[in-house]
Amino acid sequence: MNDAEFVRMMASIILASSPLIIAVCGETITERAGVVNLSLDGTMLMAAMTGFVMGLKTENIWLGFLAGAIVGAVFGAIVAYGSISLGKSQVAVGFVLTLLGDDLSAFLGQNFTRIPGQVVKHLGIPLLKDIPIIGPIFFNQDMVVYFSYILIIVTWLFISRTQPGLHLRSSGERPEAAFARGVNVRRVRYLYTMLGGALVGIAGAAYSLDVKIGWSEGATRGLGWIALAIVIFGGWSPVRGALGAILFGATKAVATILQRTFPEISVVAFNAIPWVLMLAVLFVVGSDVTERLIEFMPKRLQPPLRRMLRITAPLALGSSIAEE
Amino acid sequence: MKVKRLASWLWPVIPILAALLFTSGLLLLYKASPIDSFRAMYDGAFGDQSKTLSVLAFWAPLTLSAVGLLVTFTAGLWNIGVEGQIILGSIAASWVALKLDLPSPFLQVSAEILAAMLGGALWAGIAAVFKTRGGVNEIFGGLALNNLAIILTNYLISGPWQPPEGGSFRGTQPFPPDALLPRFAESRFSPLSMIMAFVAIAVIIVMLRGTFWGLKLKALGKNPFSAFLLGVSSEREVILAMMVCGALAGLGGAVRVLSWFDSLRQSISGGIGFLALLVVMLANFQGYWVPFIAVFFSAVLNGSISLQLRTQLHSSLGGILTGVMVLFVLLFSDIGAFKWARREKRE
Repeated sequence: MNDAEFVRMMASIILASSPLIIAVCGETITERAGVVNLSLDGTMLMAAMTGFVMGLKTENIWLGFLAGAIVGAVFGAIVAYGSISLGKSQVAVGFVLTLLGDDLSAFLGQNFTRIPGQVVKHLGIPLLKDIPIIGPIFFNQDMVVYFSYILIIVTWLFISRTQPGLHLRSSGERPEAAFARGVNVRRVRYLYTMLGGALVGIAGAAYSLDVKIGWSEGATRGLGWIALAIVIFGGWSPVRGALGAILFGATKAVATILQRTFPEISVVAFNAIPWVLMLAVLFVVGSDVTERLIEFMPKRLQPPLRRMLRITAPLALGSSIAEE
Repeated sequence: MKVKRLASWLWPVIPILAALLFTSGLLLLYKASPIDSFRAMYDGAFGDQSKTLSVLAFWAPLTLSAVGLLVTFTAGLWNIGVEGQIILGSIAASWVALKLDLPSPFLQVSAEILAAMLGGALWAGIAAVFKTRGGVNEIFGGLALNNLAIILTNYLISGPWQPPEGGSFRGTQPFPPDALLPRFAESRFSPLSMIMAFVAIAVIIVMLRGTFWGLKLKALGKNPFSAFLLGVSSEREVILAMMVCGALAGLGGAVRVLSWFDSLRQSISGGIGFLALLVVMLANFQGYWVPFIAVFFSAVLNGSISLQLRTQLHSSLGGILTGVMVLFVLLFSDIGAFKWARREKRE
């Protein structure tokens, strides 16, 4: 592989990872506030379909993204309403919405499959795109990719460095204490479930308008689940989550190259990679075996390894809140 | 008082109405008459004998999986992996059907069914061990294993198990008649599958309500920490509960290959596992409701497929109908009058 090919491959990995990064940031926000929005797979399908059709009908790509965001916010609102106002299982509501979103997108999108539509325009950033190697990989992309960069930084800054971010975290860690300190936990959770959902919706629209252009039944099926797993792998940190999303994209790209080099190995083996990877990374970050292995390491290496390989969930994740 | 009593009678109707209204809206969007479409769906499900038998043939594996899920839900587990467990059951049954040739049809089919149950239990056991030993939530473990099961099926039918005349990516060669479940008339329905489903319901309901193991699972589901303090070994119960569910789902998978189809096909389960999860949710996790709700789901699904054949309207309409209903019940069931009625009785 020569330099030009390498750069092209890296650039395509960054582009393909950007919707996943947006979805992971959205779900990270939601989960840090203490709500699991399990409906991601259905939300993304619905948003991909709606975004594509909206872009097609209005000939305005930004309205497509807006429509995707609204769909995501509505799905988030249903999860929030069910879990916060009615005290139902977040998992149950999210799961039913996953299936419903899948079926709804198939039904409503049935006349819009495999037709051309609006596409996000390529937009290189002047000066930055001329930096050797880094430029063409990171800054010769389009608005969706740049949005994902900004989102990683903003999400991280917001969660860990601002007052509202503190309220967000406290709602997910110690809701009772937060409530006692005057945080309106219900409102915070509602807000961030809808905001996170809107970002997931934007991610769905980014697939049909930018990465896998167009709509076909079940176009993004599975990616929502992968995003949910990456949130866990990322230890509920937007930065680590984004790295996870890029790693996932890179693995797929490497698999495609391997497939071309070794045509005798069945395609099937390569299709299995994402799911084996999902099991493996969740096992590594969740298992006691990892902890025991870390204890074998030299003392000095232990803390950084633990930071890298272990995760802790927000304490009150998935819990209901009793404010009375 | 009177209003409440009336409401308690009406309550079960409300989610159905909500779902019908929602789907009617969708149909109107496509300029299709809702009444005609629903009638076409009904005809597609119960229009003649062969259609009704199809509904029953679809019902059996759905009920078997749903009954299995009663066990995992009681233990507080979200066994989304049930879909993969059905598929593994199908694969294991097909393996025996293709590779073994036993002297009597009874032995042959028994071996297939046993293999299917083991296959399903194995797949569930993997998800369970990943949960107890690896800290991998059963939802994600199950989901990954679902996809791996689909990929394994595709590998088998396009590779080692492809028919002698060449791989078509559609399925294996049909199994010999002696390797299949005895079917009713010319249909896909095997009365044996229905008997298995009813036996499974009876056994599981008795097990969950009347045995010490059922009590342990209930304790585990209600409050894992106090169950631990009382000496319920959660790891053992989690693995066992998952494997019982997997065995039943695997049995459902066997019914899929041995009576619905006659070979291993590409989408051998076609989402029955996910439907089974919805069935159990709509049954409010009560066993005796499961068979009836499964009939309804099976009818809606078969009806919507024949609606698509007749009117080109996408068959996902059936999934939308049931999905809206489950969502509605999930969200509003305790505001529903059932609770009012119960509360009044208590007072």
